[in-house]
Amino acid sequence: MIKFEEVSRIYDGQTRAALANVNIEIDKGEFVFLVGGSGSGKSTLLKLVLREFRPTTGRIYVAGKDVATLPERKIPALRREIGMVSQDFRLLPGKTVFENVAFALQVIGKPRSLIRKVVPDTLELVGLGDKADRRPDELSGGEQQRVAIARAFVNHPKILLADEPTGNLDPDTSVGIMRLLDRINRSETTVVMATHDWAMVDQMRKRVVELDTGHVVRDQARGIYGARA
Amino acid sequence: MRHALSETWSGLRRNAGITLAVIMTMWVSLSLFGAGIIAAQQVNLLKDEWYDKIEVTVYLCTAKLQTGGNCDPGQDATQEQKDRLQAAITKNPEVEAVYYETKAEAYAQFQDLFKDSPIKDSLTLDEMQDSFRVKLVDPQQYAGLASQVSLMPGVQKIQDLHQILDPVFKWLGALQWGTIALSVLLLLAAALQIGTTIRMATFTRGREIGIMRLVGASNFYIMGPFLLESLIAALIGAVCAAGTLVFGVWFIIMRNAQHTLEAFRWVGWPETLISVASVFVVAIVLSIIPTIISARRYLRV
Repeated sequence: MIKFEEVSRIYDGQTRAALANVNIEIDKGEFVFLVGGSGSGKSTLLKLVLREFRPTTGRIYVAGKDVATLPERKIPALRREIGMVSQDFRLLPGKTVFENVAFALQVIGKPRSLIRKVVPDTLELVGLGDKADRRPDELSGGEQQRVAIARAFVNHPKILLADEPTGNLDPDTSVGIMRLLDRINRSETTVVMATHDWAMVDQMRKRVVELDTGHVVRDQARGIYGARA
Repeated sequence: MRHALSETWSGLRRNAGITLAVIMTMWVSLSLFGAGIIAAQQVNLLKDEWYDKIEVTVYLCTAKLQTGGNCDPGQDATQEQKDRLQAAITKNPEVEAVYYETKAEAYAQFQDLFKDSPIKDSLTLDEMQDSFRVKLVDPQQYAGLASQVSLMPGVQKIQDLHQILDPVFKWLGALQWGTIALSVLLLLAAALQIGTTIRMATFTRGREIGIMRLVGASNFYIMGPFLLESLIAALIGAVCAAGTLVFGVWFIIMRNAQHTLEAFRWVGWPETLISVASVFVVAIVLSIIPTIISARRYLRV
């Protein structure tokens, strides 16, 4: 589903690579934790999957597409296969929960009849079935993140990327978010989650890829946060 | 499409002030531009008309006039000189027609032309001259005939209206190009204004645009409202300019100038239509190009 071959990325004006010679293969339906300190290259890796920029060298395949050479006009099609959740929930403050989730479908031209059917189902899935008419500022942080997840998942993407989704949440709320991502993963969606939350990683016992200053230093099938192989 | 329309509407309302500024700049600059085009057509009409009427007049020596040319002082041009001149002029390939005007005819015409004016009595019959009136095939090509004939005996002087009209048209042309150049400057300002407006709009709607890009909205979908927004502003400006031009032509030319200066041919609705059409074309091009340029810069995927 996602494959990195000798991928390096050097940002403009910098000499040190944000990612250096990374080789990763993530299969369909896998759940992968991406761990490592700040500046280790986690976000760069996720942005490469989304083709926010091209790798400096190397090849990247996402959902069967060669991302490194993908022409600009085909980027929207790639992104429709990927859901993205970030630490700051990026909800639209003027819109209700329903409208925020519906927005993701509207802007890719889905018909209203479909939106009316799919959005409530998705809100139900994330546990916000009764809060469709609320506005983001009336919700707790955990609830806001659920809205963001609903928006990322409403189009049933093949891949869900999460960049520190629990970074702004307390531990109890984080567990709820984690369970939700796990449930989404069980519906055959590949989930890649960048995180600092070692307790979560240790508890879940999923595949762990650790980055350090742009290098993959560990790729462990049922890993925990701290241990180096 | 529904999305595009509602987004456009809210965008226009959000940026009401700056949109108004764009509309007004467009209005003024397009009016100037259109006026320049109408003026150009007016000048061409006058040129066609006047150059068409222009004849080169070859005045012959007369006893009363001592001055100039190839005259023997105190003598009329001889019949032989006249015949030679007539032959030379007729043979010239540039000449379409030539006729001989006697001083009596010239005097009668003079009296008729100034019948209500005191100038009427300022000249006597004796002071008038016999002349050849020459009509050219191409009124612009008068230099050849002038140089050929001016050296022949019996010619007092050659009068050519080009010497008077050419500077007039030169200045009119400069004026009309000046207007158009000025309007181009203003149009450039309008284009920059549109570019800046779009840039500001992409900032205020940054989060929305970010999400749209993230979930894979097409470029056209994201840019559509911006395109429509500036297109609408430009079209409103163009409609105002068109109204201004139509009113201007009606009021200045049809109501006033035409009646005061009936001798001239004036521009009418067909010329106005050409000007209005170019105003619209310029408005559309000028709103879309800066929008695409600044959208491409600020809406990068």
